[in-house]
Amino acid sequence: MNASSLTSILIWLPIAGAILIWILPLSRYATGSLALLFSLAEVGFWIEQAARFDFTRSGLQMEERATWFGDLHVSYHVGVYGFSMWLVGLTVVAMAACTGYGFWVGRDRSRAYFGLMLLLTGATVGVFVAQDLLVFYAFFEAMLIPLYVLIGVWGGARRMEATIKFVIYTMAGSLLMLAAIIAYGLKSGTFDLVNGPTSASRWLFLGFMLAFVIKAPLFPFHGWLPDAYREAPPEVSAVLSGVIAKAGLYGMLRIAIAKFPDPTSFYRTAVLALAAAALVYGSLLAFRSTDFRGVVAYSSLAQSGLIALGLFAGTDLGFDGAVLQMVAHGLISTSLFLIAGAVERRTTTGEFRFLGGMARGRPALATLLMTLGVISLAVPGSASFAGEFLILAGVFQRAWWWSAIGAGAIVLAAMYMLRLISAVLHEARGSTVADEALDLRPGELALVVPLVAGLLFLSAWPAGISHHSFFGQSPAASVRSQFK
Amino acid sequence: MTLHTTHVDWFGLGPVLVLIGASFVALLCAVLVPRAMRRLASATIAGAGFTAALVLAVWLYVDSANGHTIVSGAFYRDRWTALGQVILCAIGLATTLLGVEHIPGWGRSSDPERRDDHIAEFFALLLASGAGMAFFVGAANLMVLFLSLEWFSIALYVMCAIDYDLEGSLEAGLKYLIVGSFGAGALLFGSALVYGATGTTSFHGIARAVASQGLTGDTFLVTGIALIVAGLGFKMSAAPFHMWTPDVYEGAPTTVTAWMSSATKVAALLLAFRLMTTAFPHDEHLWSWAFAIVATVSLAIGNFAALVQRNVKRILAYSSISHAGFMLIGLSAGSALGGRALMYYLVPYSAMAFGSFAIVAARERELGVPVTLENLAGFGWERPFLGVAMWFFMFGFAGLPLGGGFVGKFYVLAAAYRHGWVWLVIVGVLATLVSLYYYLGIVRAMYMRPSAELQVQPGGSVAVSGGAPAKEELLHVAVGAAFVVSLGSLFAVQPLIELARHAARALPL
Repeated sequence: MNASSLTSILIWLPIAGAILIWILPLSRYATGSLALLFSLAEVGFWIEQAARFDFTRSGLQMEERATWFGDLHVSYHVGVYGFSMWLVGLTVVAMAACTGYGFWVGRDRSRAYFGLMLLLTGATVGVFVAQDLLVFYAFFEAMLIPLYVLIGVWGGARRMEATIKFVIYTMAGSLLMLAAIIAYGLKSGTFDLVNGPTSASRWLFLGFMLAFVIKAPLFPFHGWLPDAYREAPPEVSAVLSGVIAKAGLYGMLRIAIAKFPDPTSFYRTAVLALAAAALVYGSLLAFRSTDFRGVVAYSSLAQSGLIALGLFAGTDLGFDGAVLQMVAHGLISTSLFLIAGAVERRTTTGEFRFLGGMARGRPALATLLMTLGVISLAVPGSASFAGEFLILAGVFQRAWWWSAIGAGAIVLAAMYMLRLISAVLHEARGSTVADEALDLRPGELALVVPLVAGLLFLSAWPAGISHHSFFGQSPAASVRSQFK
Repeated sequence: MTLHTTHVDWFGLGPVLVLIGASFVALLCAVLVPRAMRRLASATIAGAGFTAALVLAVWLYVDSANGHTIVSGAFYRDRWTALGQVILCAIGLATTLLGVEHIPGWGRSSDPERRDDHIAEFFALLLASGAGMAFFVGAANLMVLFLSLEWFSIALYVMCAIDYDLEGSLEAGLKYLIVGSFGAGALLFGSALVYGATGTTSFHGIARAVASQGLTGDTFLVTGIALIVAGLGFKMSAAPFHMWTPDVYEGAPTTVTAWMSSATKVAALLLAFRLMTTAFPHDEHLWSWAFAIVATVSLAIGNFAALVQRNVKRILAYSSISHAGFMLIGLSAGSALGGRALMYYLVPYSAMAFGSFAIVAARERELGVPVTLENLAGFGWERPFLGVAMWFFMFGFAGLPLGGGFVGKFYVLAAAYRHGWVWLVIVGVLATLVSLYYYLGIVRAMYMRPSAELQVQPGGSVAVSGGAPAKEELLHVAVGAAFVVSLGSLFAVQPLIELARHAARALPL
């Protein structure tokens, strides 16, 4: 197989799977197996891609290009850089785990459900590999379609408000991005991201950034987040915070920072301030949350802020740390939401006041949640310690107080994570925790353990990502040269 | 004495002649064919007529690389005309499929035995209005323009009222007649003023006269243009000339609504683009502003009014007003890019508009009452194919990249940007944002209600027809075709744009 077709396969294989599932009148069990098969095949293709990726070469790899419509110079152009390949990996692994979770809990209306999950996989991979602005936009929007239905049909009681808020917020941002794309593309005569020139327009920068800060989200654009994360089915929340949020951060790196160097430095302080606000505010809200998913949701807001801090530091360490932290946090929050789902299935609630004492007699649950908590509060030696340390060191080179704020927020992270662990696992037994509530079943372990294993691997070797995301010794130079 | 006869290029008029001929044959069916066979016979004639006209239009497209006027400068034989006729005939074919099972509309009180009473007349009128539109898009002077406008409008007035015992149908026909006559009157008066100012009715002649006599900005001419814009605005249901649209779309039999919402817009917008760029290039600064404002008003009124509707046909009617606004953005740019954008936009738009009304027709048949957001509950799960198609059309209308609607919006906004109108781009973007609420509202109604409401509605098709639930194969074929066209236009942008580019080359841009 030709290496360059791998990128397209990663986009279109799950979409083909989705269409197949919608057409074939299979039983629930067969549909779920087929979907799981497709998402595992997707992981396999990604491993093949990672194995064939040449880290010693600069520029775009495994690219494919075909004219979409010539008169405005729009083409279907896809390919991967080091950092986009890691994000594709995060997507396919997390989506496989979440699809498996849907299969495990036996979602009703299974053909619609699994088709949408596969469609979401393909669209998200598309965002990370698109090298043409319109193709990027198309996939960025296409993610919204399955998400809207997944939350709206399989979500909790207040899903209507949650979906409407989610869609209006994100579309408000991305439609202004469409206006910015039109302006950028027609002015520079191409919509291509690789060959397109840089731009000094502050308005265009803001048009793009608005879409990305809503998707990420950063303070104060996070209004859709708590409802969506609480009302969505747990595996969809896992995708939202683990993967979809990263699309916004990826957009900042790939488009806003790389294509708009002057506006980036002009607005650097403002964006860093928003990011720091998201970090502190998110951590405080996470500490105040009264339910499992609330803590994870707001901690995602905080982590998005931290990653944006690294990206907009504009330094070598900041970029390296941001990419590492995107992957690490993606794995952490996916696993945490899946465990939140598992807890809710056993106790019918995620409210802390009804939970507690679940560690007794449930060693697997306790071990996994402890491990995830320890990694996520950035204990030295963990993957997120490496990521956060790089980010804070990177932003320290801008000004010392940014890293002081960041370091303070890490203390807050320890507080909310330990609070979460003790409220679920320890303390007195909650009123909804029955003795019969089982430990994690093999099916659930099969979904979460690989994610945690990945995190442990990254903890042991963070350089696997942080030294393999950008070409050359200096990521900042690589970004300045637009990854060429 | 020698009789002077004009040379007539019969082949150039082929699609129009075929359609009008088929219309006569279908009308004969109404009296000569026994009632039991009438539906089948007249539908077959309509299908054959539209197919033959479609083939001829394609042939004309291939054969008319050098556009010119025929019949003493009355009619354009060029690719702009031919491509418009192709789209119109395709919609006509789909409408025929829909009409077989859905004319007269469902839910009327009268005897089911009498369902076939006016079926042949319906198909005759459908063919006649198709012929009028096919003539309209090629009009080369103001008289032909008015003649063909009245030709298809009169057919449409009757089609709206054909279900005279269906609630609202007669009212719809009458309302359309009165308001439509007003629009036609404005158009005629405007034509008279333009003729008075320039001394000619031919599009090219008007442009020449304006240039040679320095008439740019002449009061008569400008008033005439304004009245013509208003008259055409009525036909394309652009605000503020849209008042009739929701009522007529709601009251008319849904098949007729599907036909009007797609085909009438195609004809009116293509003609308007040609008329403005051919006859009034010297006043472009005036009409492009006029259309930009009409577009803005249409986007605002269409989208905001749709937010509060409960009746699905009314929502779709307001949505069609807002889409007229989007297409007028392409028109107001007045450039080759604008022409391509308009021509491209019409393809996915008419597919989605037709398809969504066809699905409403299917639901109407099940329920026997007008379709609202309330009684749409559960439709998506009961009828998976139609539900997915409706879901698809709604997301496509909203400009999400699930169909060609996305690329169409991108094109018209790009045309506005290149014209230097960033504000119009922003207006378009904001209008899209507002529109999301009601398009998603329909999806929500179909799929996301609490499970108690998602049960099959009582009654259903059995209650109306008294037998087993209807299969409606032809409706499925029509909706499937609309689905394929709107999805395909997302991927096949390049070939479609090439066709549109060749078509727009016929215009003096």
